[in-house]
Amino acid sequence: MSTSTQPVIKCESVYKIFGENAARIIEQSGGKVETAALLEAGCVIGVNNASFEVHEGELLVVMGLSGSGKSTLLRCISRLIETTAGNIHIDGDDLLAMNDKELIDIRRNKMGMVFQNFALLPHKTVLENIALPLQVKGMSTSDSMDRALDMVNLVELAGRENYFPRQLSGGQQQRVGIARSLAVEPDIWFLDEPFSALDPLIRREMQDEFLRIQSALKKTILFVTHDFDEAIRLADRIAIMKDGVIEQIDTPANIILSPATEYVARFTREVPRERVLSCQTIMGKYDDSQDMSDLTVSQEAIIESVAKPILTQQKPVGVTDSEGEIVGVLNSKIMANVLFGDANSLPVNN
Amino acid sequence: MQYFIKHKWAQFAVLLAVFYVLATVIDPATGGNWWRIQETRFWLLPDVVNNALRFLIDDFWVVDVYDSELDITEESTVVKEFTRTVSGVVLFSINLIRELLLGGVKTVVAFTSWEFISEHKWARIPALPWPAVAAGAFIVGHCLGGRNLSVLAGASTIYIAVFGQWTPAMQTLSFVLVAVPISCFLGLMLGAIAYKSKAFETILAPLLNVAQSMPHFAYLIPVVIFFGIGDHAGAISTVIFATPPMIRLTLLGLKKVPPEVLEAGTMSGCNSRQLMFRVLIPSARHDILIGVNQVIMQCLAMAVIASFIGAKGLGYELLVSLNMLKIGQALELGVSIVLIAVVLDRLSLAWANKQADYLADLPFHLRHKHSLAFLGILIFTSVIAYVASMVFPDKVNYLYFIDEAQGFSTEKFWDVMVDWLITNTYQGVQGFNFFMITSVLMPMKEAFLSMPVAATLFLVAGTGYIVGGLRSAVIVTAFIAFIALTPWWDRALITAYMATFAVVVSVIIGCSMGILCSRSPRATRVILLVCDTFQTFPSFVYLIPVIMLFGVSDLSVLIAVIVYATIPATRYTVEGLTNVPQALQDAGSMSGVNRLQRLLKIELPLAFPHIMLGINQTVIFALFMIIIGAFIGTDDLGQLIMQSLSEANGMGQGIILGLCVAFIGLAVDHLIHTWAEQRKQVLGIA
Repeated sequence: MSTSTQPVIKCESVYKIFGENAARIIEQSGGKVETAALLEAGCVIGVNNASFEVHEGELLVVMGLSGSGKSTLLRCISRLIETTAGNIHIDGDDLLAMNDKELIDIRRNKMGMVFQNFALLPHKTVLENIALPLQVKGMSTSDSMDRALDMVNLVELAGRENYFPRQLSGGQQQRVGIARSLAVEPDIWFLDEPFSALDPLIRREMQDEFLRIQSALKKTILFVTHDFDEAIRLADRIAIMKDGVIEQIDTPANIILSPATEYVARFTREVPRERVLSCQTIMGKYDDSQDMSDLTVSQEAIIESVAKPILTQQKPVGVTDSEGEIVGVLNSKIMANVLFGDANSLPVNN
Repeated sequence: MQYFIKHKWAQFAVLLAVFYVLATVIDPATGGNWWRIQETRFWLLPDVVNNALRFLIDDFWVVDVYDSELDITEESTVVKEFTRTVSGVVLFSINLIRELLLGGVKTVVAFTSWEFISEHKWARIPALPWPAVAAGAFIVGHCLGGRNLSVLAGASTIYIAVFGQWTPAMQTLSFVLVAVPISCFLGLMLGAIAYKSKAFETILAPLLNVAQSMPHFAYLIPVVIFFGIGDHAGAISTVIFATPPMIRLTLLGLKKVPPEVLEAGTMSGCNSRQLMFRVLIPSARHDILIGVNQVIMQCLAMAVIASFIGAKGLGYELLVSLNMLKIGQALELGVSIVLIAVVLDRLSLAWANKQADYLADLPFHLRHKHSLAFLGILIFTSVIAYVASMVFPDKVNYLYFIDEAQGFSTEKFWDVMVDWLITNTYQGVQGFNFFMITSVLMPMKEAFLSMPVAATLFLVAGTGYIVGGLRSAVIVTAFIAFIALTPWWDRALITAYMATFAVVVSVIIGCSMGILCSRSPRATRVILLVCDTFQTFPSFVYLIPVIMLFGVSDLSVLIAVIVYATIPATRYTVEGLTNVPQALQDAGSMSGVNRLQRLLKIELPLAFPHIMLGINQTVIFALFMIIIGAFIGTDDLGQLIMQSLSEANGMGQGIILGLCVAFIGLAVDHLIHTWAEQRKQVLGIA
């Protein structure tokens, strides 16, 4: 993605500090946030100096364990809670300076949010739940129902329009939540642990569903989860949080290959690399003197999917870029090392 | 020493010992302020309250008001004009509904004039024929709750009509149908404001506490002064009485809405009004509708008591017949009130649990089949009634309206029964009466009256300290000290003695019954149903059978109190015992407990905090009923409240007396709640 265009979400030194004295202490210190002093005063730090950008069509996953401040960060950016210090810009507009009217306006048109426990209104049917954001905007009943029906089809709930939330399974309820959040065609899509309350099998299914929808809609997404595997599976980039601090923010491959801190490394150690990394991350240098096998693999291919054919080849296998040019090589030795070797002995090529 | 600090019962034992010593040492003759607090300027408090309210009505913010009928401009005050307007609106609403049901001209008069009525014979609202109302009740019942409910609602209406109580019953109904929506609306609004504003909630909370423990009678007195006497005054006092539980439940329901739902509403772009009316209130629907149900029950309970200040209807008739000791008639009226209460209760609960059916895409006549059916029946019965009145112009038209004199009555039967009971059981009942009064009640009363103020305050403060530390000690002592400073300490002691006796007996009966019934799932269901049903009876109704059996005495009041106050004790015991977590029950089973061990070691300890809350309810119920018992004749605070109702300057006195009763209740309430909260924390079931 290009960095020349304006980021959709831009956070600069965002702080969220809970506690009655927080505002006063920051004011006294002349607007500067000194975490040590705050902690001493009995404040709890939710988000500690978070700065990052999310670009159009990008899927940023914020990953952290419970209490790491990931949901707090999300709520700062959706302004469900007030940020203590820092700047947040949405499409270049200062979010924190917006008054209630502007805020309602941006939520009605630009933002959609999915919640961990679905947060459906118990007294409304599937259709009415999905139509709520449209109706509060003032759309007519028949228009909003038409649009809601489209959304029902998008999340594959056709035939259950008139069910109440309690009559649906968890996965189906979250489909409604997704449909509701997308009803107003938002540019920015917030998802707060959307699949955490679901059973593992359903979770997997919903992740596929999510990827399918995203590949069609290309929203700018902030996705919060505590599940590292989920983060790896979905993310363009991952931000790993601990105690309110973003420990590392990078692509999944880079995080696995070079964890920035010991804390991050504890997550990456257990990850089956062959299922996550693509060939380009481990390929060796190519020079045309080598005697190559006839087989070539794409640099985008996930290692696991090409491991077996490569291992059966005697000669090195070429790795091609999108134009078909050979840009690197893989041989059985590298493959064996990746598949069975020590985590720290990976060749790092980028 | 360590032992003493650790064990609260040891502290209690010492406390009681000191109390006993103090009580014997302080001599009535020489005790002075230690014995009873002497007259202070505090005794003027009722007058101060009186004068303040008088000032508010008569002299505060004087304005000129133009009277269009007399064509003069008068001086009046804002408060007077406000209450006059409110009275007018309420009275008009009651009359409108009443005349729709019973026929009349007042509503027409309100838009025209009396001359217009006398010139035009047709200008009156005709009464609905009772079969139409019965059919309406049947249809509403069917619509909301299916066959059983429709039969209950229909049959109750028919009973009321056939027994010739149509007029008073419809008067009561019209009164309730005005008071309930007003209470619900006020409760919902105030609850919503309290939810939005923490400050408002903080102010409201203590007011609600006091309001919910003030006896019914205490509400009547200021209402009479501000709003006068009549149906509207009755309705207004009912609204004041019935709104607090609605506020409570609205607030509770709103607070229970998950934060995520609130956030979902916000992220959907709701403004604050949309958030309240489209997201919060509908999500809290269940609790709010339970509030509506509570309001209906409170309104019917108050309907009887409001007849003291001129509300017409069943309550008034009941009061008259009880005064004349016409037990049979009172019983029939009581049954009617109970039937209305039960039917409205069931209907409102069915409404609360009913869900809208969005699936059906029905044509007009199916969607409105209930309304259409009612319209059909209305036309049919009206035609029948009209034709019948043409055919038999001089006879009573039973299909249209049944007057009291023409209805069935089982009055004679009941009167004979009562006579028979009195002649045949006189000896036994009198013996029991005599025994109870001379050997139990009188000594107990004497004992309570010999409690010196100082010793009592010490006991109360000590109990507060042991239960909840310094804060509790200060709170409960303040409550009781307030009573000690008034001239009515002895009266309060009598109330306390009656309450203590009733509560002890109620708790013994209620808890044993609860424990026994909780042993079998079937008995549990039955007893809960019985409690539900008894709870819907307006409290006044309990006095009827008691007077019938025991005549007019302290003992009969106490028996009514005990019957009434046993309900919460039973119910909370059953609930507490059956709600013990299954995991703990299983753990017990696997440890090999027998039935008795299960009860003693697992169920009772865990249910105890909940049972204590039941006892708390028992105390409040008992206090309410004791005050109502003043109607039969007691010599406690209730009697004085009744008296101040008929005194010109009784307002201040009535309010202070009401506060005294409320403070007894609140002190007990505070102690038990504090204890139960701590206990629940310890048990990890908070």
